[in-house]
Amino acid sequence: MSAGRVAFGYRTRTLRSRWVSGRVGLRSVVVSTALFLTALGLGAVALTHGDYPLTLQQVFAALTGAEQGFERTVVLKWRLPIVIAAVVFGALLGIGGAIFQSLTRNPLGSPDVIGFDAGSYTAVVVTILVIGKGGYWWVAFAAIAGGLTTAFVVYVLSYRRGIQGFRLIIVGIAVSAMLVSVNSYLITRAEIEDAMTVGFWAAGSLARVTWTPLVPALAIAAVLIVSAALLAPALRRLEMGDDAAVTLGTRPGPVRLGLIVTGVATAAVVTAAAGPIVFIALAAPQLARRLTRSAGVGIPAAAGMGATMLAGAHLLSLLIAQAYRPVPVGLITLCLGGGYLIWLLIRETHQRYGLTR
Amino acid sequence: MPPTSTHQPPVQPALPDAVPAPSLYRRRAVGLLVILAALGIAGLLSIAFGANPLSLPTVWGALWERDGSEASNIVWTVRLPRTLLGVLVGAAFGVAGALIQALTRNPLADPGILGVNDGARFAVTVGVGFFGLTSINGYIWFAFLGAAAATVLVFLIGSAGRGSVSPETLVLAGVALGAVLSGLSRFLTLINEETFRAMNLWGLGSIAGTGPDEILAVLPFILLGLLIAILLAGSLNSIALGDDLAASLGTKVGRTRVLGVVAVTLLAGGATALTGGIAFVGLMVPHVARWFTGPDQRWIILYSALAAPALVLGADVVGRVIARPGEIEVGIVTAVIGAPVLIALVRRRIASGL
Repeated sequence: MSAGRVAFGYRTRTLRSRWVSGRVGLRSVVVSTALFLTALGLGAVALTHGDYPLTLQQVFAALTGAEQGFERTVVLKWRLPIVIAAVVFGALLGIGGAIFQSLTRNPLGSPDVIGFDAGSYTAVVVTILVIGKGGYWWVAFAAIAGGLTTAFVVYVLSYRRGIQGFRLIIVGIAVSAMLVSVNSYLITRAEIEDAMTVGFWAAGSLARVTWTPLVPALAIAAVLIVSAALLAPALRRLEMGDDAAVTLGTRPGPVRLGLIVTGVATAAVVTAAAGPIVFIALAAPQLARRLTRSAGVGIPAAAGMGATMLAGAHLLSLLIAQAYRPVPVGLITLCLGGGYLIWLLIRETHQRYGLTR
Repeated sequence: MPPTSTHQPPVQPALPDAVPAPSLYRRRAVGLLVILAALGIAGLLSIAFGANPLSLPTVWGALWERDGSEASNIVWTVRLPRTLLGVLVGAAFGVAGALIQALTRNPLADPGILGVNDGARFAVTVGVGFFGLTSINGYIWFAFLGAAAATVLVFLIGSAGRGSVSPETLVLAGVALGAVLSGLSRFLTLINEETFRAMNLWGLGSIAGTGPDEILAVLPFILLGLLIAILLAGSLNSIALGDDLAASLGTKVGRTRVLGVVAVTLLAGGATALTGGIAFVGLMVPHVARWFTGPDQRWIILYSALAAPALVLGADVVGRVIARPGEIEVGIVTAVIGAPVLIALVRRRIASGL
């Protein structure tokens, strides 16, 4: 610690090494680590649940290779990809939400609110029902293409002397409403089996994740996490306004474009592999911010919170499946996240905060 | 408006949009005639178009003479009830939209956007999934209950804070509530194929499949809602000035608000129960009405009650023409027309702010 210490209002550690130097808030490091450990713990517990119940010892034995038979197949081949997907996808959604909320300076910003999900849903509906291709890669490609196109259209339509948070969201709602009604038209005209296939996809489920689609998704996820980590310092500088960011050596245009691409890509990867898993991108950054008590939304803590939330939702869906019926994990996040959004709105109304008009 | 001195004769009060009074009255009257003409034309077209198109003279003849011919049968048993239903639910959605917009001083409010459709759909899904509901008549009451509960909930959420809620917050509250309810409905339909089959066609906003019995069952509620809306129009004018000023003008603010929510619930709930919800009609029509009439709620409600049916019938005709021999539900057509209107409204909010 040098003599010229600055009071940041929270405890920090300064990191100096040959390649990297920086200052990290102690609390956010501790919270992020704790969140990731929680997510892994929830994932481990989730490995024991299912149609074929296992103990934690059996799971551990199967993972280390001490156990070779059926249990190893169950754990490694069927359950592990789903749990990895829950943790990684949750982290990706948290990152995407943190980027959007920081860029729009609005706690309501997230890729799913601006119509990404509705767009990918429409593209998938058209691909399965109109073109008649239901294969995994067709659906994944359609989801990404539809989502990106819709996000772009929403962005352009709400651009009027800059992007204003609420206008972006309302335009997203309008475009989503239009797409949803087109979807329901197509679905009601389809065969009931096809319609149910689409319905299950739209519910957002991790259950169909296997290693084959997961490996490329993990590769892209790694790229996105690295790019988010590299862009994170610039994101903090953009929060201070473009002028201040320029003064500090950031080029706002390219950086913002890179951040938007990264943020939308997180939603695209998850949606392609698992269908729309909504509201995690919305809720994770805000909940993480309350835990870390930081001023802005931090990417690592949001990623940890997203991972914890999705792993928790996955475990919850397994427990509900044991007690009642299988529930797609996307519906759990939808109900919990929707409730959270309502709570957030009531709170905002009380505080008169964020009412940009 | 500055207070006029007592010694001078009262000056002609300046209207908010600064149009001289006679011209405003003329504009309102001409607009009313135009709307009535549009409603008439839309009604005739709605009777004429369909899987078996009839010429307008045939329609006219069949309307006056019920002689048992094919044309007369089509008109009297299929097209006329459908057209009347369109008029009824159109008026209900239009007036409900005008009321919500006036009560919340929110130019973005609409029953469909605020989650009323999803509430009705959820209640019907629960009815089908858990109570083995099969008759259309049962659907109606579940839908009504669900729509009413969703309306009240959105208002409660929207008025949780002190003072009036910002338009965007109310819309978001409705969308969030709608998302949760539709997620639950989706879950209930996905776990049971029978429920999926039964619910697949419900809730698209169609005026084709509803029979006269259901219409008659819900008619009293919608009429009561329209009556309350007409009686409230004057009080709504003073509420537009702000709650304090309205109270000092002698308006019972609390009572007006409660009655207003009751009327919205009856209108939106009843119309949603009959059709499954036609989105964006309640959003678009009062706005367009306001451009013609100025901010007087009495005129806005009258215009909405007449123009919204014309819009619903027009959209229904479009849906029947572009997908012949099948048809596209009127709710889908209005959503495709209405979403751009909503986008235009948030892009330029000054145009017809409340």
